[in-house]
Amino acid sequence: MELKRRQFLKIAGAAGLLGAGAAQGLFEGTAQASRVMHPEGALIGKRWAMVIDMRKCGEKEGCNDCINACNFVHNIPHFDTPKEEIKWIWKDEYEHVFTDISTLDPYVPERIKELPFLVMCNHCDNPPCVRVCPTKATFRRPDGIVAMDYHRCIGCRFCMAACPYGSRNFNWRDPRLGLKGRKLNYEFPTRMRGVVEKCNFCVERLAKGKMPACVEACKEGALTFGDLADPNSEVRKLLSENYALRRKPQLGTKPSVFYIIA
Amino acid sequence: MIEKALQGSSRYWTWIGFLLVIIGAGFISYLYQLKTGLGITGMSRDVSWGVYIAQFTYLVGVAAGAVMLVIPELLHHYHPYRRVVVFGEFLAIAAVTMCLLFIVVDIGQPARLFNVLLHPTPNSILFWDMIVLNGYLLINIIVGYNTLLCDKKGIPVPKWVKFFAYVSIPWAFSIHTVTAFLYCGLPGRHAWLTAIMAPRFLASAFASGPALLIVLLLIVRKVSKYDPGDKVLQTIAKTVCYAMIANIFFVLLEFFTSFYSNIPGHMHGLEYLFFGLHGHDQLVPWMRTAGVLGFLGVFILLVPPLRRQVGLLALACVAIVVSCWIDKGTGLVIGGFVPNPFERITEYHPTIPEISIALAIWAIGFLILTVLYKVAISVREQELS
Amino acid sequence: MYDSGKVIAGLVIFVAIATFPFWFGMGKAAPMPKPEILTKGQKCVESKEYMRSTHMQLLNEWRDWALRDGKRLYENERGEKIYISLQNTCMKCHSNKDKFCDKCHEYASIKPYCWDCHYVPKESKKWN
Ligand code: HEC
Ligand code: HEC
Ligand code: HEC
Repeated sequence: MELKRRQFLKIAGAAGLLGAGAAQGLFEGTAQASRVMHPEGALIGKRWAMVIDMRKCGEKEGCNDCINACNFVHNIPHFDTPKEEIKWIWKDEYEHVFTDISTLDPYVPERIKELPFLVMCNHCDNPPCVRVCPTKATFRRPDGIVAMDYHRCIGCRFCMAACPYGSRNFNWRDPRLGLKGRKLNYEFPTRMRGVVEKCNFCVERLAKGKMPACVEACKEGALTFGDLADPNSEVRKLLSENYALRRKPQLGTKPSVFYIIA
Repeated sequence: MIEKALQGSSRYWTWIGFLLVIIGAGFISYLYQLKTGLGITGMSRDVSWGVYIAQFTYLVGVAAGAVMLVIPELLHHYHPYRRVVVFGEFLAIAAVTMCLLFIVVDIGQPARLFNVLLHPTPNSILFWDMIVLNGYLLINIIVGYNTLLCDKKGIPVPKWVKFFAYVSIPWAFSIHTVTAFLYCGLPGRHAWLTAIMAPRFLASAFASGPALLIVLLLIVRKVSKYDPGDKVLQTIAKTVCYAMIANIFFVLLEFFTSFYSNIPGHMHGLEYLFFGLHGHDQLVPWMRTAGVLGFLGVFILLVPPLRRQVGLLALACVAIVVSCWIDKGTGLVIGGFVPNPFERITEYHPTIPEISIALAIWAIGFLILTVLYKVAISVREQELS
Repeated sequence: MYDSGKVIAGLVIFVAIATFPFWFGMGKAAPMPKPEILTKGQKCVESKEYMRSTHMQLLNEWRDWALRDGKRLYENERGEKIYISLQNTCMKCHSNKDKFCDKCHEYASIKPYCWDCHYVPKESKKWN
């Protein structure tokens, strides 16, 4: 088993004294914080968000630039069976993306029904997945990004049941089996069987001052990434000038991904 | 006391051997699962919990059912239950052990299971479920074992054991309430998002747990000299009957709210389970069977002349156990995942390795149960002589 | 209790099995292997002694700082700023994982699970 000796001693202590365990939880991650900092030029925000302009997306028929970029940058495996699919960003139809309104309103223009809506983790302000995770393996960062700590995930899949957007993937098999012969991004790890994964808004790129891979890859300028808390940001400008939708807003999750429809 | 489990007839050993074979087969499947991952199961991106978690949910109910004997005995001083309660507690021990095993086999990284203790997270219901389940296991071991030990020695049960017996009452309610909270607090899973989930769980627990106990006691009566007595069986049967009526009533309430309000999301889950949705109807025969069996069980138990016939009593109890098992062990969990958040339907078919692992855990449960019951029976037989 | 002899024997066996990893290594005194350094002349993240004894804790801290606190720049004892990354920092210098990390770990008979996800380009050929 992978249980370490050090860990084992910790457990022995924690099992006897749950209180002590709780105290440990309280202080984790704060030790010697002064010795770490943000790299120079890192993009730092208060609430990162994405605006997807559907007037521009779908301009080029069959375009998969953003999806391919993400798949490469994060070494996302490909499996032929839908059962085991892993996807961080993908396309779906209006009817399935906006389930709450589409079933009630059949008279939307055909054009919109056929648009390739991009879907990904919504990085909710009030994320149900974070609420249910028993190990804090998924958590909300101060900048609004809902992140995963793959080192801690036990693979219970409670977060998958909790996510109302179907954004989470489980590694049913060794993901490396789905990377055979693919060009790898040597800078990013793969995952392993038995953990959950999803879009991370490219935290590893933001730390280096780069935009998310999908945003950078889109030649139509359909994807805009920025800080929702900054009134002068580009996302805020877009949202103040255009009417945008979010998925299932009635659930109170407050998604950070917006869709400008028309 | 335990050594009594090592002396038995050849029939006893054949049964143990049979269980061990099933456990062995499941163990091999589990090694396979550990090596390749949960991909060997029928679970998918859309139906991300399957047989394992469904069995877990059902068995939490069986475990909680024991309290339906503890309450009359302790709070209402209903003495006929005095000698039978321990069978309920031992059933609870076996059931909770199975629950914990089902969680372990469902987890993608079992080696990291202790992260739940290393990083305690009170906002996660799973964290609380772990606490209440382990607590309930411990309480039942303490109370069951010590009560039996005192009976064997012919001394009264000490106060501190009684104390734990009292604690077990609210605790039994907690395990099922907390388990219901796993489901009913998730936005976007309409079939689960209902405040009546916890009461429904409790009602079905208090029906299927004691019903299973009646079946077990009938078997005990057949294979041993110990007879719990018709009076006891009939009283438990009444409890089962009322609980099952409440259970069916709660399900009907779900139907009313969903269909009278006519909100599509709320109807989809029930439609899928009972009538089929967009041509997908693999669970329909199961759910309808559950419905028929539920009503059949209640009918037999409700009519005293029928209930008093042992054969019919057994039939009713089996019907109710199966009905609740389909309802919670199949319909509830799968129904919550269909349709998926994109209103698409992915059906779920458990695989053979998956089923063999589940069967093995059931066999482990029955093994624990057999050993514990063997011990309990030997003490009861000794009391008789 | 009955059969207390059996119980005690059982307990002894259990304790023996449970502590097996602790005493199994005792008495083995093969010489420590010398990990091969590719980047001679350069300095590691921290002093050699510190790295030898504490690299596992350091990696754990790095992991938590980078992922959980979102801070990816580390200032070492010498006051140099180092970008936090297992693959892009440690393994850039120690790209000979098999002759460096693995050599030591085999000696210490531990198998860090990191490599189920992290990897060095050379070894990725095996599965890529
Ligand atoms: C700039 C290149 C460089 C980087 C980056 C680097 N190391 Fe080193 N490392 C070295 C060198 C050179 C040595 C030899 C020690 C010396 O001579 O100071 C060494 C020594 C070590 C040793 C001790 C070996 C021994 O013989 O005892 C360990 C362990 C180690 N490194 C681990 C790591 C880890 C873990 C990381 C990432 C956190 C890392 N190194 C990053 C260059 C590097
Ligand atoms: C000088 C020998 C040596 C070298 C070189 C070395 N390690 Fe280690 N490493 C050890 C020892 C010994 C342990 C076990 C320490 C313990 O358990 O207390 C260990 C433990 C670890 C652990 C913790 C694993 C666990 O099970 O707790 C990690 C992670 C790790 N090493 C990573 C690395 C990486 C990455 C490198 C290469 C860059 C490396 N080590 C190079 C000797 C070495
Ligand atoms: C389940 C897969 C998985 C395993 C196993 C794993 N990691 Fe990671 N690790 C990741 C991922 C994914 C990241 C995120 C990379 C990022 O955001 O830049 C990461 C990030 C890190 C980071 C910080 C950022 C970086 O680029 O390196 C450190 C340090 C790290 N891991 C160390 C470890 C160590 C040490 C081990 C073994 C004890 C380990 N990891 C095991 C998946 C894994």
